[in-house]
Amino acid sequence: MNAASESPNSSRSSASGSRWGDYQIEVVVGHLLRYGVMLSAAIVFLGACIYISRHAHEPANYHIFRGEPSEFRTVPGVIQSVHNGRGRGWIQLGLLLLIATPIARVAFCIVGFAFERDRMYVVFTVIVLGVLLYSVIGSGLAF
Amino acid sequence: MTILTFTGVVAIMAFAAGLLGSLTGLGGGVVLVPLLTIFFHVDIRYAIGASLVSVIATSSGAAAAYVREGISNIRIGMFLEIATTTGALLGAYLATSVPTKVIAIVFGGVLLYSAYISRRPRPPELRNLPPDPLATRLKLNGSFPDLEGRRTYNVQHVPAGFSLMFGAGALSGLLGIGSGAVKVLAMDQAMRIPFKVSTTTSNFMIGVTAAASAGVYLSRGYIDPGLSMPVMLGVLMGSLLGTHILLKAETKLLRMIFAVVILALGLEMLYKGIWGNI
Repeated sequence: MNAASESPNSSRSSASGSRWGDYQIEVVVGHLLRYGVMLSAAIVFLGACIYISRHAHEPANYHIFRGEPSEFRTVPGVIQSVHNGRGRGWIQLGLLLLIATPIARVAFCIVGFAFERDRMYVVFTVIVLGVLLYSVIGSGLAF
Repeated sequence: MTILTFTGVVAIMAFAAGLLGSLTGLGGGVVLVPLLTIFFHVDIRYAIGASLVSVIATSSGAAAAYVREGISNIRIGMFLEIATTTGALLGAYLATSVPTKVIAIVFGGVLLYSAYISRRPRPPELRNLPPDPLATRLKLNGSFPDLEGRRTYNVQHVPAGFSLMFGAGALSGLLGIGSGAVKVLAMDQAMRIPFKVSTTTSNFMIGVTAAASAGVYLSRGYIDPGLSMPVMLGVLMGSLLGTHILLKAETKLLRMIFAVVILALGLEMLYKGIWGNI
């Protein structure tokens, strides 16, 4: 089967030459990912400034694994920590956003494949999103 | 070491790893964990947590550039992500239950394999392969712009590629890396996807795969903000700079140096895992 004939939106695009539908999805997704990363890096940097300004001269010790306290391990904990103005809370918020960007990408692909009326790939994408959500919810991160 | 010096030194090291990883195409994440554990005496669980975060950042950060070229195949990516995300979830739960010595030994093995695969000449691409019925049913075949116009390709050996990708996902979840070396095996060797397509598609998939294990890592307290911050920012800056530099002549030498570094780190990780304390 020819790649271009798969999707109903197979009008040719000047940039990719075929797969108009897929190409459109990818462009939006690519921008989504880049802005997500830039925003999360900015939040992490803000948190870093607060954290360093307060704890610069304390000793760094990562030799022994203690596990993070619950305020850095769950979404409500991180939000509470940000409310309290803690630098490490802000860093963790940026990292949560970073983890959320690829998940948002997958969610957006469901919409894209639905527009192309590609039922098989809607199902595949829902499975991937299901695994990702299971990781977030099943691990207790969300609560 | 105070927090200020530690953050600064780790950020510079992460920047260098991201830059070298991007220039050589070998990925920076794979050297971060051994560097943090061997030279900074960071517990391997904190190290893999920080490394995983940086893997998501580089994958998502580079995605926009690749997409513009219209090379990556979103269907191959999504189909194989079923395998990599379930593998990654399994790997992340394994990471929380197996002894750290085992993680170090597996890590050493993956490093040695990565060094080997980066030195081996790439086998020639087979063109004009017949369409595989399963790949056709799954709509995996595609085309991409090449020097002599648009080139179509037919994906081969779907079950083998899918199983290997499950393994790549499990390693990614267990070790906090992108596991590019295994993906090369699955997509280039088994599925016979053209090199350009497999590289960009695999980069696209790495972020989603890592997100599947990140939830487990974060909730188990593996992701420390003070350590992840310099690692993530450093690797991101380094790899973004790397995509803007074109070092055609030096790439070969750089790849060789980087392969030697990976080999040495792999041997050290094996030694630490078997005889040392980690």
